[in-house]
Amino acid sequence: MKIDRRSFLSLVAGGAAGTALSPLPWKLIDDSSIWTQNWPWTPVPTDGESNYVDSVCTLCPGGCGISVRKIDNRVVKIEGKKDHPVNNGGICILGLAGLQLLYSPSRIKSPLKRTGKRGEGKWKEISWNQAVSEITEKLSQLREKNIPETLACISGSAQGVESNLFKRFLEAFGSQNFMSVPSIQNSYDMTIELMHGAKGSVGFDFENTDFLLSFGSGILDGWGSPAHMFKANSGWKTNKSKMVQVESRLSKTAAKADKWIPINPGTEGILALGLGHVIIKKSLHNKDFVNNFSSDFNQFKKDVIDRYTPDKVADITGVDKSVIINLAKEFAGASKPLAICGRGQGDIPGSLKEFGAVHALNALMGSINSKGGMFIMPEQNYIQWDEVKADAISSAGMKKDRVDEAGSVKFPHSKSLLNRLSGIINSSKESPVQALFVTGANPLYTMSDTGQARKSFDKIPFIASFSSFMDETAHQADLILPNHIFLERYEDVPTPPGFAVPSIFLAKPVIEPVFNTKHSGDAIIKIAKTLGGSIGESFPWTCYENCLKKTLGDKWGTLLNQGVWMDKNFKPSTWANAFGESSTQFYFVPKSADPFSGPDLINAEGDQKSYPQILISYDSMRLANGFIADPPFVIKTVSDTVLKGKDIFVELNPDTARELGLHEGDYANLSTLKAKVKVRVHIFNGIKPGVIAMPTGLGHTAYDKYLAEKGINYNKLIGSVEDPVSGLDAAWGIRAKLAKA
Amino acid sequence: MSKIKNNKTDENKEGASGFIILFFVAGLVLSLVVGWIVFPELLYSQKEQPVNFNHALHLEEVDDGCESCHFFREDGSFSGVPKLAQCVDCHEEAQGENPDEIIFVEEYVAKDKDVPWLIYSKQPDCVFFSHAAHVKGAEMECSTCHGHIGESESSKIYEENRITGYSRDIWGKNIGGFKKNTWDRMKMDDCAECHKKITDKATSVQTKKDACFVCHK
Repeated sequence: MKIDRRSFLSLVAGGAAGTALSPLPWKLIDDSSIWTQNWPWTPVPTDGESNYVDSVCTLCPGGCGISVRKIDNRVVKIEGKKDHPVNNGGICILGLAGLQLLYSPSRIKSPLKRTGKRGEGKWKEISWNQAVSEITEKLSQLREKNIPETLACISGSAQGVESNLFKRFLEAFGSQNFMSVPSIQNSYDMTIELMHGAKGSVGFDFENTDFLLSFGSGILDGWGSPAHMFKANSGWKTNKSKMVQVESRLSKTAAKADKWIPINPGTEGILALGLGHVIIKKSLHNKDFVNNFSSDFNQFKKDVIDRYTPDKVADITGVDKSVIINLAKEFAGASKPLAICGRGQGDIPGSLKEFGAVHALNALMGSINSKGGMFIMPEQNYIQWDEVKADAISSAGMKKDRVDEAGSVKFPHSKSLLNRLSGIINSSKESPVQALFVTGANPLYTMSDTGQARKSFDKIPFIASFSSFMDETAHQADLILPNHIFLERYEDVPTPPGFAVPSIFLAKPVIEPVFNTKHSGDAIIKIAKTLGGSIGESFPWTCYENCLKKTLGDKWGTLLNQGVWMDKNFKPSTWANAFGESSTQFYFVPKSADPFSGPDLINAEGDQKSYPQILISYDSMRLANGFIADPPFVIKTVSDTVLKGKDIFVELNPDTARELGLHEGDYANLSTLKAKVKVRVHIFNGIKPGVIAMPTGLGHTAYDKYLAEKGINYNKLIGSVEDPVSGLDAAWGIRAKLAKA
Repeated sequence: MSKIKNNKTDENKEGASGFIILFFVAGLVLSLVVGWIVFPELLYSQKEQPVNFNHALHLEEVDDGCESCHFFREDGSFSGVPKLAQCVDCHEEAQGENPDEIIFVEEYVAKDKDVPWLIYSKQPDCVFFSHAAHVKGAEMECSTCHGHIGESESSKIYEENRITGYSRDIWGKNIGGFKKNTWDRMKMDDCAECHKKITDKATSVQTKKDACFVCHK
């Protein structure tokens, strides 16, 4: 017997035949295919019982109801709440992706103390007790030096219990310097105060209007309560109501409007006065309102007839005279016309003259407190707390003027002027702010001229951030006391901007806090109690929830069960009772501070020779540009004509591009008085020649790899331009120079 | 010479071919042994359930059969293996002296920890299966797919496929894939077998053309 090559081959052949007749190859093929479909890194959600918890989204002030889907105790989806008065099942892209914020790598997981240099990003995790004692130690030093007024607070909002707890803390401590992030709501409030002689806020009866004239308001780009506006827009399409968009750029809103009227940027208010001119001259105005309820119509009439002729207005605005006349006729011919303003998402308060002009247009048509028009709503007053307990130090501190001069002789109608803060700090030898709290805000990203803002923050010796995320401001802080995020906490939401029924919504926790965070309301109560004395006594509540419950009183039960409290009986006052307490008159030309006497236009900074173009910004639903920044899902939806890789695109008219020798996708240097940046060019027919448009919401330097260093922050390129009456930021753009790189 | 030589060569050839066949048979037998006996031994590892569970005993105590513990939730989804919370309803403390129950109470109930049960019928996540459609809709018996597990007095060994991580019960105990009962295997072919049968009687979208995505997500 000899084992040779043939016998070996035979053995192999037998083996092959046997293997083929055994299950081995077939089973292995099957198993390996299953194996390749179940990689260990493929996420497999764990199974469990599905349930829904209702709450309110507080990522913006819009007040949308949300239904949060959970599997057992895990949050898996955020949906719009059906039948909610604000959004009725609708939800915006940010709200939908809000879940990513919960587990975001940018979240601050525990209180942090800075160990390296400021902004170096070196932190040490500390306990909450240590964080509170660190902060109270710093604050005690200010009181020991008798300078409590040097404590300031920047809050994302001036409304709601949490913001008011911070404001109260400052008052008890001895400082008036509570500042809130401004918006068009501040300008609207002031317009009401000046023209109605009464305090209030505005609501719009969008559902019933049959002609909406928008002066640059991004109705479908995030203005007001975004999901509510989307619903309203659907309603107009069904009812055949008309929507006209006046804007210098073909925004999403303009594209969806029945008519788009391109206009020179910054001249919208003048167009409103021009329309007023035509309406009055053709006697199309509401005689009942004008004759019986206004005191100074004749003066207004003279002003607009003399100063805002269609020819002159056409010259300033770039809108044809015939278009102006026809638009005025159409607006006046509608049965329930309504005009609104506030550019884009309404983050910049804007020119008071513009607000006055647009409001006057509504008044001319009697669209105030009438169906389909605007409603003047009483100030919300559910926060009624006992007077703050004062001691000698705090009383003295409270007598000192505010740093930003809001409420001073110069700006008597303003409550806070955050836009003035960095200028004032930078021009002082020693910063008038020695300690700063930042809550619900990211000023080092959102403030105009971020370079200046950063310089001013460098001069503030102590900064405490209450942010949930490692944003630009938290990055520059000395101490971070992280707040829960919106899904983890209680929060009262007052009437959303523009919503026409006084209401309160309640956001409640849908999940236990994921990290070692604390509700900022609880944090500030704890700090007050640790400081003790009259400060501690000013906070009689055991915790934030206890404070919220007591503040909301008999509404608490309804809010806890239904999440919504609405003043169902609310009806706007009749004209006879609508204006002021002492007078019953509407002021077309306010006595105390006449916005019409000022210059026609707010100028864009920079000289025309060095900066031949004009840079404006545009807002998009896909780019969150405030305290909350885009989560990864949302930034993924941004078109590559806006952001490609890390490059931002600016929009440019083909004619201007030709003049500058620029083509689609070219790199270019964009410079303004404030900064110089590199951008890419997107040629776009929907923008006026000579104008460059840049999206807001990009160019973060902080946060995570999904967001940081993508594009340019528009705020870096622009400065604040004070409105002469309000002192609020009225900048609508800035002069700029674009050159091939 | 040449004749003798030829004869020799033939003899040699016969001897050699027999020898070669022997090698062939040896290879065949060996590989059959490996394929049918050794391979399954190597493919599966044997694991014991964290707690030895007596289905028969529990089934006597409950009123609603299998659904007493393996119930449908309000939304129609199937709860599958019970969570600790359900067990605690009866077993907050040990009810007897059964060592398995004592282990369960001490190790899991007292520590408020869910039992990491090994699930014999677990399918990959990329397959969608609705218990409600089969049990409620088609009124099928649990045992049609799961066999008479309800009558078992102790937990059988869980055999885990070393490649896929799934239980041997999916492919079936028989490595050749042969089955006697409907519950012997839970592969796609077994789903298809039943769905094909009932196509005439009921709507069975799964067997229509382009129906892959009805089950495969």
